[in-house]
Amino acid sequence: MVAALSSVEVAYPGRGQALGPFDLTVAEGEVLALVGPSGCGKSTALRLLAGLEAPTRGTVTRTPGRGETAVVFQAPTLAPWLTARANVALPLELSGVPAAEAARRADEALARVGLAGAETARPAQLSGGMAMRVSLARALVTGPKLLLLDEPFAALDEITRRALADDVLKLWATLRPAIVFVTHNVEEAVYMASRVVVMSRGPGRLAGDIAVAGALPRPDGFRTTAEFRATVETVSDALAQGIAA
Amino acid sequence: MNRLAQIAAPLALIALLLTAWELACRMLEVPTFLLPAPSAIGVALAADWPALLRSAWNTLAMALMALAVASVLAQLLALATALSTTLERAVRPLAVVLQVTPVVAIAPLVLIWAGLDHPGRAIVALAAVVAFFPIFSGALTGLKSADPDLERLFHLYGAGRVQRLLRLRLPSAVPFMLEGHKVAAGLAVIGAVVAEFVAGSGGAQGLAWRILEAGNRLQTARMFAALVALGILGAALHAALEHAEKAGLRWWRGR
Repeated sequence: MVAALSSVEVAYPGRGQALGPFDLTVAEGEVLALVGPSGCGKSTALRLLAGLEAPTRGTVTRTPGRGETAVVFQAPTLAPWLTARANVALPLELSGVPAAEAARRADEALARVGLAGAETARPAQLSGGMAMRVSLARALVTGPKLLLLDEPFAALDEITRRALADDVLKLWATLRPAIVFVTHNVEEAVYMASRVVVMSRGPGRLAGDIAVAGALPRPDGFRTTAEFRATVETVSDALAQGIAA
Repeated sequence: MNRLAQIAAPLALIALLLTAWELACRMLEVPTFLLPAPSAIGVALAADWPALLRSAWNTLAMALMALAVASVLAQLLALATALSTTLERAVRPLAVVLQVTPVVAIAPLVLIWAGLDHPGRAIVALAAVVAFFPIFSGALTGLKSADPDLERLFHLYGAGRVQRLLRLRLPSAVPFMLEGHKVAAGLAVIGAVVAEFVAGSGGAQGLAWRILEAGNRLQTARMFAALVALGILGAALHAALEHAEKAGLRWWRGR
């Protein structure tokens, strides 16, 4: 286990209950998708796992080490005044890694996400997909045990998001972090995850926990297989019930 | 064609207004001390330009000095207040009071403090007071405008307060500071001219002094000539700062 939420509840003053009670255990090296309707608190659950927020009730268990948890947000969230290399090196530099060493590891991380040669580019010079890759490289540079993705591809076009989904799985295969990602796209969830956790409408509770068969990274044509279609249907049904509940 | 029209349109309007003015002055036989014709102003401008240029430089130099003083003080204070909300609460109302007090109202006091023999110091101080607020306010807003998700990342990676200030909040504030300096530079010129009017003496021979001097002698055309010089100075400074802001943003964003 790398992280767990046990009967957590989050309530915001003036907005009432936003999440829970909700339980979630993330096993080492698994890829888990968190699916639910808008406002169900899935991003809140992710922030709890990241330690960016504390629950109102319940307990959060997580690896407390610096750089062991990494987050990628919906937007690339890069510092516009820094080059791609400096952006990726930032987490290392903040934890005291010498500048030269940090730059070297940043270049390696950029090469892993297919951005060798773009080290000195500024975020404004990158396309949306490239900026997202830089963001991914920054998350991976510390070698995290847990990678949290908050609707990371929502702002990208379909072709770019499919390419990035495959790339994330390839990176996962080499580094093996546990990945939790939030999405409202059922097909994307089933394609990327070995386990899909469905949440009910807000305040979100567990509405389904569905295992996805098949190898990760996905083989070519996985989206057209009968199992894939069937799992998508199962998840969609669970989602529909969760919304109706 | 479009670009040509963009340049030609304001020039055509100016030419039209000047022609109407010239014709009206001649046909209605307006006395020159009341309203000189544009041609008379042109003659005054041609005759006075070396003196006007010197005066314009004096005013500009004082405004720029004031801008430098205001820039250093405002940004240091903004950095200090950014580190402590208590300090910000303490400073903000005072800064606002300073901003809403008309510069003419405090000018006589500052003139006394600076010493009546040093009107230049008083003018720089007064222009700096006027230029202070936009820079301070811009820097303070900028220091708080960092992307909240980037703030979260810094938190996640265990950045300390100073690391956060120097590596996140300060660089995030750069566009706001550029904007603040642009506004402040225009205000510094206005502040310098107003202060010159109050100082009124020959100790600091800026453009305001040219206007006063010509006014005392009822040489209205020379007053207009000084006004034209002031207008050109203001426009040139604005254009220069607009350019500097764009260049600064390009450097900051890398594009």
